[in-house]
Amino acid sequence: MQFSDQLEKRFAELQTHYPIKRSALVPMLLYAQDEVGHVSDEVVHEIAARLDLTDLEVRNVVSYYSMLHTKPIGKYNIQVCTNISCMLRGAEKVFDHIRQRLGIGHKQDTPDGLFHLEEVECIGACCWAPAMQVNYTYHENLTTEKVDEVLESLRKKETQ
Amino acid sequence: MADLVSHPDEVRVVSKRFGEGATDIDRYLALDGYKATQKALTMGADAIINEVKASNLRGRGGAGFPAGMKWSFVPKQSPKPKYVLCNGDESEPGTCKDRLIFEHDPHSVIEGVIIAGIAVDSHQGYIYLRGEYRYLIEIMEKAVADAYARGFLGKNIFGSGYDFECAVQTGAGAYEVGEESALMESLEGKRGIPRIRPPFPAVVGLYGGPTVINNAETLANVPHIILGGGEWYASLGTPKNGGTRLFCLSGSVNKPGVYELPMGYNLRKMIEVAGGIWNGRKLKAVQPGGSSVPVLTADETDIPMDFDALMKAGSMLGSGAVVIIDDSTCMVKYALRVMKFYQHESCGWCIPCREGTDWLKKTLIRFHSGGGVRRDIDNIQYLAENMLGRTFCPFGDAAAMPTISLVKKFRQEFEDHLEGKPCPYEDHGKIEHLPVLTAWDHRTADPWAQAH
Amino acid sequence: MADVNITVDGRKLTAPAGTLLIEACKSVGIEVPSFCYYPGLSLQGACRMCLVEIAKMPKLQTACTTVIQEGMAVTTASDTVHQARKAMLEFVLQNHPLDCPVCDAGGECELQDMTFSYGASESKLIDFKNHKDEEQWSPVVFFDRPRCILCYRCVRVCGEGMDVWALGIQNRGALSLIAPNQDDHLECEECGMCIDICPVGALTSGAYRYKTRPWEMNHVSTVCLHCADGCKTTLGVRRQGSGNQIVRGDNRDKSGINGDFLCIKGRYAFDFIEHPDRLKQPLVRKNGTLTPASWEEALELVALRFREARDTDGGASMGVIGSSRTTNEENYLLQKFARLVLRTNNIDHHRTADFPAFVNALSGRAHATASMRDVLSAPAVLLIGNDPTYQHPLLAWQIRTNVRLHGARLYVVNSWPIKLTRQAKEFLQIPEGAEDKAAAFLAGDDSAADALLTSKTTREKLAGFREKLQGEQNLVVIFGSELRGQELAALVRAAARGAKYICLGDHANSRGAADMGLYPDLLPGYLPLSEAARFGEPWKSVPQQPGMDLEAMVAAGKERKLRTLYVVGSNPVARYAIDPFALAETFVVVEDLFLTETADLAEVVLPAACAYEKSGSFTNTCGDLQLLRKAGDCEGVKPDLEIIVRIAELMGFDIQQLAPLDPSGMRADFGESRGVQSGEVDQQAIWNRRQGYEPRVSPFNPFAVLKEIQRVVPGYNVGQLELLSGNDVHTATAGRAPGKTEADRFILPSHENLFTSGTLGRYSDVLNRVIEARLRLPNEKEKEIAAD
Repeated sequence: MQFSDQLEKRFAELQTHYPIKRSALVPMLLYAQDEVGHVSDEVVHEIAARLDLTDLEVRNVVSYYSMLHTKPIGKYNIQVCTNISCMLRGAEKVFDHIRQRLGIGHKQDTPDGLFHLEEVECIGACCWAPAMQVNYTYHENLTTEKVDEVLESLRKKETQ
Repeated sequence: MADLVSHPDEVRVVSKRFGEGATDIDRYLALDGYKATQKALTMGADAIINEVKASNLRGRGGAGFPAGMKWSFVPKQSPKPKYVLCNGDESEPGTCKDRLIFEHDPHSVIEGVIIAGIAVDSHQGYIYLRGEYRYLIEIMEKAVADAYARGFLGKNIFGSGYDFECAVQTGAGAYEVGEESALMESLEGKRGIPRIRPPFPAVVGLYGGPTVINNAETLANVPHIILGGGEWYASLGTPKNGGTRLFCLSGSVNKPGVYELPMGYNLRKMIEVAGGIWNGRKLKAVQPGGSSVPVLTADETDIPMDFDALMKAGSMLGSGAVVIIDDSTCMVKYALRVMKFYQHESCGWCIPCREGTDWLKKTLIRFHSGGGVRRDIDNIQYLAENMLGRTFCPFGDAAAMPTISLVKKFRQEFEDHLEGKPCPYEDHGKIEHLPVLTAWDHRTADPWAQAH
Repeated sequence: MADVNITVDGRKLTAPAGTLLIEACKSVGIEVPSFCYYPGLSLQGACRMCLVEIAKMPKLQTACTTVIQEGMAVTTASDTVHQARKAMLEFVLQNHPLDCPVCDAGGECELQDMTFSYGASESKLIDFKNHKDEEQWSPVVFFDRPRCILCYRCVRVCGEGMDVWALGIQNRGALSLIAPNQDDHLECEECGMCIDICPVGALTSGAYRYKTRPWEMNHVSTVCLHCADGCKTTLGVRRQGSGNQIVRGDNRDKSGINGDFLCIKGRYAFDFIEHPDRLKQPLVRKNGTLTPASWEEALELVALRFREARDTDGGASMGVIGSSRTTNEENYLLQKFARLVLRTNNIDHHRTADFPAFVNALSGRAHATASMRDVLSAPAVLLIGNDPTYQHPLLAWQIRTNVRLHGARLYVVNSWPIKLTRQAKEFLQIPEGAEDKAAAFLAGDDSAADALLTSKTTREKLAGFREKLQGEQNLVVIFGSELRGQELAALVRAAARGAKYICLGDHANSRGAADMGLYPDLLPGYLPLSEAARFGEPWKSVPQQPGMDLEAMVAAGKERKLRTLYVVGSNPVARYAIDPFALAETFVVVEDLFLTETADLAEVVLPAACAYEKSGSFTNTCGDLQLLRKAGDCEGVKPDLEIIVRIAELMGFDIQQLAPLDPSGMRADFGESRGVQSGEVDQQAIWNRRQGYEPRVSPFNPFAVLKEIQRVVPGYNVGQLELLSGNDVHTATAGRAPGKTEADRFILPSHENLFTSGTLGRYSDVLNRVIEARLRLPNEKEKEIAAD
């Protein structure tokens, strides 16, 4: 399996950081997921081979980290924090609102494959709560109106 | 990009370059950047450690262990390479301070890592950031690359003959990796399961070598201590609690934000710094150190915010997250949300934590949605008390302590949920009321079913 | 190391520095409970059952990870500790099903026992339990997640112990689970160690589950009848129909040379016993067809034809083939039968190692053979040839464990990077078939180096390897059948300074068959024929001329000079691809469990008992002697010992000269010789005694034969009480095997692997299912990938 040149370069660079190959595992999985969309069996197998690990060892690690998905998910992963600081400032309302807007629940995808919704634990935006991440982009001080804007702009981006 | 706030009571040390464009290395240099590293190179290891000891700098990650002492535990001679780790896996609910440091002052962290390296004679540092902080990884990677380009990292830094390598590492979503030995496991490409201690990381850490691991904020303070002197830094705070601290004031306040205040700043005043309780509400409780510490009731908030004072008050200063809770909040629901977090993030290694958090979460879900029975209240406390101090790592304590305090201090709120009564704080029209167990849907509530 | 003094519950105790607190407590009988702690495996600190109070420590500490320190004061019996244990059990039972009555582990479950000892009598759980359906991971491994308490013993024994690493831990928190290496199934050595070590009913055996309850079984510790390593296996037997049925094999009794270890064969491959094709009645050829007959008819026919042949054409016209799977007593008796009753030296067996040359090379050196236990403690091990992982699983376990726990240095010489090279300090890869040259080189012959060079093996590497070996004291040298004759002898003679040796044969009693003299030219104990008289008066008549070996017997058959061939528990026709017509004129008698290719040619086929169905002894390939204890019964069959004696008797031979009649039995004979099971009362003996009768004397008493062996066979004069208490006793190689310096060209390695065991393997349902599953897997996978 071949990744993009850019990612291959990144992987090669990673290996220069550590005294043991295996140390690159977690970043490699995350970066490969960013490119492939999820940590597929093929990705597991490829990374295992590159790091002299068994597929089992890689799967043990993949299943531990909550950002890694082994199944394909919607293109835009909407991760709404509902932890204490966000909860106190109305995160549940935000989450409910998105749920209704997209017609999907926690860890579900819209039928068009555009959105994936997830209720996540603290994302480090406590002082700008409530907050969510769409893929890696932070959206903070959310209101239902602001959420609508974000969803709309993402939809627009897709139709263009 | 997170918004910055300010307040006249702030004493800016670690946040002094926030908003000053210090991500640019030239700008950073103009703001006294890398002067501390150069000074440290001339000081020698013992002098650095003594300076840090004198500063009374205590770990900003949560445990509050004196940083200088931690460094002094690293053996001088070691057949294996020594390492310096920056713990930037900031995940404690309520905490968002390291994020600002990485975003606004990345080089100060690099400096802290290098100086710690010089202090323990290590030549390799790693800066571990949580996976969600992708944009910060880019900032940090650029900062590291810039430092390499200037010869501040790599072989013969600043022409001193001292070599120091540094790399940035990403996590992939796991609170437990914030525990120091679990972080080392993760950095070695493994599941984030903590290690048996002893041996402690200072003796056997990353790759089996002696390792210094400090929180990002702790390390970012180090250059300032080197330049300003330990005594100066110590004088900013209270005895044994040196310096200032980034307090993340969040929750039911008008002006939430990250404020740098001296150690020992009064908690009530802190709420005022954050603009007071919002929506004309009243203060009900504060969790003064992130989700892992016992809550304080409104009556208990007239207290200086330092490690020792809070310990005396039965709570902890923790990670500097101050979660302010107003009187419209259901404390049962708060307990549930906290436990939901711990159930989700438990690594599952040991029995009491894995089973205890799952059991408590199940109970609290049922309890809050109207299915509680009287013995649940005692049982919640029983389970939490039996996790406390008996788990493999402090995670179990972190789950147990807030729970115990919530049941103890807000027992009446638990009582108010009994006998099928609806939650007094919910919008009753919207909540589907569940009669005890009958409507309980195992298929959706069973975590194992959800996983597949 | 220096000793450390500590106090536990007010009791002072002393233990070596470095001892774990849990072990120190155990040493004085203070039980500290634990699930995840398992001696010999890495520490986990995960179950938190072993929490104890240590003075000056603010929190309870895990006894399994705490190393004792001078002056440490420990409390294991306080209310706090009790409460912690109770709570831990409550936590683990949160999700654990409370359906012990239908759990396969019920009655031998550590969680059940601990809950009984320390647990709460009431459950505080109101909420539901998480559920996941049971999974089948292989023909022999089932996994039931809700029962799993995540002690990680299975993961560690599979990885650290077996070096297979087929089990992993996936997910986290309450979702954590043990996972197999192939997503939904296992691809592994199927050793079943994970099942054995599982403290609860999470991992269960496909071969045993739901067959019976543990308390309904008797547990008989005997010796595995498959490979030559001699593991102790505990057979669970249950009364059924007319006798005892074997329902389970495991290593519940960890006192054997194998400790915790047992492989797939020792654990599961006893099921051939009940195969429908098992012979249960004698067969006699009538009108060209093998036809069921009575024992009397069959034995009388055999005796008649044997006597005719002997009395007309003499013993030289008769051949005997013995077995490497029958007991020492049977082998001893068989060669005695050949030499005294048939008056011939025409006796041989399937040879898998050059034991005569080995003994010859060792002559004059006492204590020069290593026992299986030595392999676990030796500071260094040299392995030449063979692939123990697949051919000698216990030996491989011993080596791995020694390297892992004691830091032993392993040196491997092989033509292939065998799995054990993972543990090797040094690996010398040599061309295929050059093991003898390697031995010669290591013994000091520099001219042998040329034949060893490969792209990976340079002259420098060779020299360095040899030099390192020369620096090793108390080295254990292990070699396979690749080494024979002079090279073997050279190697054995070359090493010094406490070196000990193991010569690897292939079958359960290969070594015993050789020791008992199943050779045409060697008597028991590798003594030359000229020394027959030392075995007693009747032996003076034994012919001084060496007899025919197997090849010569077949050749004689072709020339119609072999009148009879008596084959006991061997299948030479298939093993040596003998032309069936060569034996067309020979009266062939076969004793076996199944109708083998050889039995198919026979005039008379006698159904024999297997080693699990009789008493006696086996000598493993290292020379460790162990007793077999009768576990199961099979109606209609007889032990070979009895058959041999009965034939002799019917031939008119005075059986007292063949089978010793020993009225006293053995000093510690509690009825084992009469087939009494452990824990049972010897009703027969009690009745005899009460009636004032002599204890029953039987000519079929293997212990009487063993006594004779101990008396007359050099090296076998070992302690009886040790043997009778179920322990292994190392025999000495006191024989001489004169003239045995030429390589034995009749050695034929069996090429068994983990999942085969000759005829027995062919009739083992479990082994066949595992082999089929392994064959099926790759194809299925290919299909899946193609569908993608």
